[in-house]
Amino acid sequence: MRIQTPLARVRYLGSAKEGGDHWWWQRLTAILLVPLTLWFVASIWWIVVSGASHHMFQDWLSGPVAAILMLLFVGALFYHLKLGLQVVIEDYVHYKPLKWTLLIGLNLGCLIGAVAALYSTVAVAFGG
Amino acid sequence: MALRERPLSPHLQVYRPQLTSVLSIFHRLTGVFLTSGAAMLVCWLLTAAAGPDYYAWSEWFLTSWLGYALLAAWSYCLFYHLSNGIRHLFWDTGLGFSLKATYASGILMVIASLGLTGLSWGLGLLFYCTR
Repeated sequence: MRIQTPLARVRYLGSAKEGGDHWWWQRLTAILLVPLTLWFVASIWWIVVSGASHHMFQDWLSGPVAAILMLLFVGALFYHLKLGLQVVIEDYVHYKPLKWTLLIGLNLGCLIGAVAALYSTVAVAFGG
Repeated sequence: MALRERPLSPHLQVYRPQLTSVLSIFHRLTGVFLTSGAAMLVCWLLTAAAGPDYYAWSEWFLTSWLGYALLAAWSYCLFYHLSNGIRHLFWDTGLGFSLKATYASGILMVIASLGLTGLSWGLGLLFYCTR
């Protein structure tokens, strides 16, 4: 005989009611990243491939347009990366200790990477 | 309930690869690979913030043969993921789901990714030569 309540039996088996947010933000960041990526690649090619000096790089990133676009790019990129890799881990890693280690590493890694990149952008933009 | 090893579905090895499924799995693979590009972006910005001496490290790495090889791979994967991502956004609105349309957009997407990569490296070369 089961003495579990019906509620205890169904709990954690259904929808967590937050999948919609994951889907929605993946799309929002994707839309934002379309123009930002094109801008980013054009800029990278201009700065790196042409062998620009640190001084030229700083001049470029201290402009308000470049700085704001870079902040948006980094923010959208790392959120999109986090959402995307999370699904890959959830789909293929079924060994729970490894799965949770990877998910925690992914979330903290994206947070640290994003903060480091955002701080660096601001530091360069305001004269480093 | 006894746990037994059950045959898993789908059996990847018995599927004939189609353009649609191959493009789909490469969307994932490029996304995972581009994570390394994001790490490079962080290093690049960090060294830039740390000053010219540190920035020289990034410059040295990115303009080495390995750096150029990675830039080539990152740029193609980025444009692949971008082009196929736009294809996904159209699907999200409910457009282009017929078999004919998925194949047409798939071929278009491959052409677009190759074209954008070629265009970007052409621009880079132009910047390089005019400096």
